[in-house]
Amino acid sequence: MASIVLYLNNSAKDITFPLLEDRFQFLNPNTSSDSLFSSLAGTVRILLCVANSPVNSETLDKYPSLECVVGSTTGLNHIDLAECRRRGIRVTNAGDAFADDAADYAVGLLIETLRRISAADRFVRAGSWAVKGQFPLSYKVWGKRVGIAGMGSIGRRISKRLQAFGCSIAYNSRKPKANISFPFYASVQELASNVDILVVCCALTNETRHIINRDVMKALGKEGIIVNIGRGSLIDEKEMVKLLVKGEIGGAGLDVFENEPVVPRELHALDNVVLSPHRGGAVPESLLRLQEIMIANIEAFFANKPLLSEIELESLSWILS
Amino acid sequence: MDSNSIGVLMTCPMSPPYLEQELDRRYRLLRFWKFPQKSELLKPHSQEIRAVVGNATIGANAELIDALPKLEIVSSYSVGLDKIDLAKCKERGIKVTYTPDLITDDAADLGIALILAVLRKICGCDLFVRRGLWKNGDFQLTSKFTGKSVGIIGLGRIGTAIAKRAEAFDCPISYYSRSEKADTNYKYYPSVIDLASNCQILVVACSLTPETRHIINREVIDALGPKGVLINIGRGPHVDEAELVSALVEGRLGGAGLDVFENEPEAPEELFGLDNVVLLPHVGSGTIETRTAMADLVLGNLEAHFLNKPLLTPVV
Repeated sequence: MASIVLYLNNSAKDITFPLLEDRFQFLNPNTSSDSLFSSLAGTVRILLCVANSPVNSETLDKYPSLECVVGSTTGLNHIDLAECRRRGIRVTNAGDAFADDAADYAVGLLIETLRRISAADRFVRAGSWAVKGQFPLSYKVWGKRVGIAGMGSIGRRISKRLQAFGCSIAYNSRKPKANISFPFYASVQELASNVDILVVCCALTNETRHIINRDVMKALGKEGIIVNIGRGSLIDEKEMVKLLVKGEIGGAGLDVFENEPVVPRELHALDNVVLSPHRGGAVPESLLRLQEIMIANIEAFFANKPLLSEIELESLSWILS
Repeated sequence: MDSNSIGVLMTCPMSPPYLEQELDRRYRLLRFWKFPQKSELLKPHSQEIRAVVGNATIGANAELIDALPKLEIVSSYSVGLDKIDLAKCKERGIKVTYTPDLITDDAADLGIALILAVLRKICGCDLFVRRGLWKNGDFQLTSKFTGKSVGIIGLGRIGTAIAKRAEAFDCPISYYSRSEKADTNYKYYPSVIDLASNCQILVVACSLTPETRHIINREVIDALGPKGVLINIGRGPHVDEAELVSALVEGRLGGAGLDVFENEPEAPEELFGLDNVVLLPHVGSGTIETRTAMADLVLGNLEAHFLNKPLLTPVV
């Protein structure tokens, strides 16, 4: 008999996981019949959280037997991790399902911003090339100094790719990483002062909210570029917009925003900014890998084996208070 | 010798302004584009002009060379030499210099940028946001780059530089060139069609010669197929553009990233509505850093010539 998994999709995303549907019996509060639902709600042990569906105390109160939350994203700031820890509930994320694609996208946004690719493409499509002549010069990528804020699995992959473009890599994260030989800076501001490009790819937590603030961006400087593929709230967006409009930072490649899908209108007019609707991880090939990881997590759970991509709740400092 | 009396003809405006400013400062600079009638320039000045500074747009063709009896050197602000009548220069003993190597990194960076832009639809994403469409729903899913097979036509400096970058994305690399290279581990294919049949992303990175004109033709495009992507950072005439356009419009080719076209500055309008295509206005080496370095090389070659010193980067 197929194991029962609570399927929660209160996001705006219309995603399906056919591989999981084949293997498990989904209990879906939005579609299961009332009688089935009420008989199983009290005993279901594992929850599949689709996209950024919120999982908080209220959610957890409804399902008193929950022992595990399986996320389908890399970032988990829509899940109240402190509450999960308090209740002894284990949490898994998407593991490295999207890591290569996120890294590819970060590199893409970086080059697109420096080389003004989307602006140049718009220039051609508007028929401006024949009328206005040569497109303005842009900026070289090769050899630039790159600072990575957040040296996790995505940060590492970005570093590997950018080194092939002659870039030097430095980083900031909560602590220096044992097997990383790049220069470490204890603060993001120090990092920003020493690089040409700042790539933001760390997790969003209470500590990292607005970690890229006005001081950090001023330290990056007039020719500096920001690339954000983490979460919108890692950057003080209002300040960033002001600095971009005034020309006090050199440009930005942004896949995420504080209030998606709202993107500040002031950015629409800028050619040194590349705007993207949170597509950094979205490729079909990765959804396959995501499902493999979620299936592995769920089956390991039911078999009492170690989970594949469990988040270490014990070590997350914001939970300790 | 007063270099300010040396006549130098610049064939068209070139950016950044640094090159023109320096030429003006050092020599008697004549700007070809300021004379609507070329004869207005050539009649009074043809005896003064000892150097021509051209680029990838306007170089020195037979007609111009013939009109300049005192021409000693053509210093091209470009790598490509297809706009210079090299045979004529050789015949007249006119030296030719160019700016090799400097653009390798910019061109290779752009090659990868085009791959990512086409596969991940980055330009389409940007347009989607700017048109205010995100509030109506998500942009479509896009296509993975990591691990895709990359086939390179021409394994010279630029082709090799592209290969090295693509390897960092775990892409298997294969190539075609006139002959197999001894010092590489990449897989060699003896024909462009074989290469196109065996890779997902095909990159044109060879020089333009009579043999490589339309090296991307209908057969090659068909071999690359509806999931294949073509990237052209060579020259427009490398590709049979009419065939490319119909393949893209009909969905027989998966996508294309193009920095060059057969009839620049015209780009095929039929492609303007497609989101699996990226169209760039020949920006391959268009960075401030590289153009400044190229300008310094043009100036350095001219200086060497007029001081009877060895040229820095002569075309051999």
